[in-house]
Amino acid sequence: MKKIFLSAVAAMFAATGAFADTVRLGTEGAYEPWNFVNDAGKLDGFEIQLGNELCKRAGLTCKWVKNDWDSIIPNLKSGNYDAIIAGMSVTEERQKVIDFTAEYYPADPSSFVALAGANASATSGIIAAQTATIHAGYIASSNATLVEFATAEETIAAVRNGEADAVLADSGYLKPIVEESNGKLVFAGASIQVGGGVGMGIRKSDSALMTKLNTAIASIKSDGTLNRMIVKWFGADAPQF
Amino acid sequence: MFSYCADPATLDGLNWLTCYLTTGKHMAFYLSFIVVLALLALAAPAALLFGFVGALACRSNISLVRVLGQGYITMIRGIPDIAFFLFVPVALDQAFEFLRHKMLCSDITGSVWRGDEFLVCEAAKLPLGSSPQWIHEIYGFSLALLSFAFVFGAFAGNTLRGAMQAVPKSQLQAAAAFGMNRRQTFWRVLLPQMWVYALPGLSNLWMILVKATPLLFLLGVEDVVYWARELGGSKTSAHAYPHGDWRLWYFLALMVFYLSITWLSEWFFKKLMKQFSYGQATLGSLEIPE
Repeated sequence: MKKIFLSAVAAMFAATGAFADTVRLGTEGAYEPWNFVNDAGKLDGFEIQLGNELCKRAGLTCKWVKNDWDSIIPNLKSGNYDAIIAGMSVTEERQKVIDFTAEYYPADPSSFVALAGANASATSGIIAAQTATIHAGYIASSNATLVEFATAEETIAAVRNGEADAVLADSGYLKPIVEESNGKLVFAGASIQVGGGVGMGIRKSDSALMTKLNTAIASIKSDGTLNRMIVKWFGADAPQF
Repeated sequence: MFSYCADPATLDGLNWLTCYLTTGKHMAFYLSFIVVLALLALAAPAALLFGFVGALACRSNISLVRVLGQGYITMIRGIPDIAFFLFVPVALDQAFEFLRHKMLCSDITGSVWRGDEFLVCEAAKLPLGSSPQWIHEIYGFSLALLSFAFVFGAFAGNTLRGAMQAVPKSQLQAAAAFGMNRRQTFWRVLLPQMWVYALPGLSNLWMILVKATPLLFLLGVEDVVYWARELGGSKTSAHAYPHGDWRLWYFLALMVFYLSITWLSEWFFKKLMKQFSYGQATLGSLEIPE
């Protein structure tokens, strides 16, 4: 027992060989079709394909890390991973704590979704939104009452079972859910512009990685690869570059 | 898994269900039950060890050791578990990485705390950024295990300390009369008789430990609760097996799992109590065996 313990301690403090240039990418894995866990139990989605392509072009070895949404920025700053790629809109508030790469998804309007029927046009009252998102911030500063949930999926469930009158989220996330609800869920009111485009979050001290990723993003934008990915995951009417 | 699962869209009824329940994601869900059982199997003896050392420290002749033991037990018992669980793994992780940084990257000057960022050199990362995923998972699990042992050890320590004090003084006096020294008295007289007093408290603690395992989820380990929520959430046709909100069923399965563990434990502790009570001057040993 003592031996095992000592060797574990020794292993913990031993230097180990050379290091490949590994970049760890943090994502949530619960925001279809941006990033989610597929039926095989593996990460999948627009951002997974995008991230792998960016790493290939930038010549980096990338590894994926799943992290809850609400602690995704603190864990980037404490070095658990090196970049956030999780459908995170660029906002002034976030720019105070982390840097963002060039946008890889244009500003997407946000929409309200409510249950079909009496309350179908609810854009005020009790509105569900995911914690620490631009949507939660928007509702909090409006007249509506905000109920927050840890994952986006739970905000939809709250509308379905009547806990909230409507949910506010990215249109790209809501569209497939509304289309497949057999008419039970409907878009309420007009869509609104809450945040800017979506970029990757990088530590402020990590300017080398920033340059590499920005070059790669510019490259997939210029040859049309990015637009093809957007159409593949979000449909032809999604905003493109 | 089965050959007929190749095209899920064409399946229905039982075939659909068997295919659905054997997806890679469900396998991860089943595996997470083993993770929880592994945590219980490792955390219980570890906590008992921490508790035993804590209880011994409280009885020490050296005042510094006594203060340390009492401080450990009092502090942990007074701090909310969740606050402690959020603090310990982060603090341990940063402490390890800080030490490694000092040892392995002494050429890099400047603090590892820059603004509100915590930056150690690439070689000091624990585990290394280039390590495979399973090493990261084992590391996360170990930090969680250590936190569980630390927190539950304090409670176990208090229970054991109480149990040691509950052994009748005349037993120890008799041991002294036989010429046993302090050490012999402890191992031969006090310890064997202590368990019967400690067991009710320890079994209680075990039940709390079983029920506290979902805290793993809070520590970033993908446990049964994580997968139940993930699998139960409604799925659009981006998935091969679209379905509505099934969280109720998945959480029901968790309830059955936890109830069976606690039911089995109750039975086990009853047996154990009978064993420890045998020949003791307590009411428990007088009960007519079933």
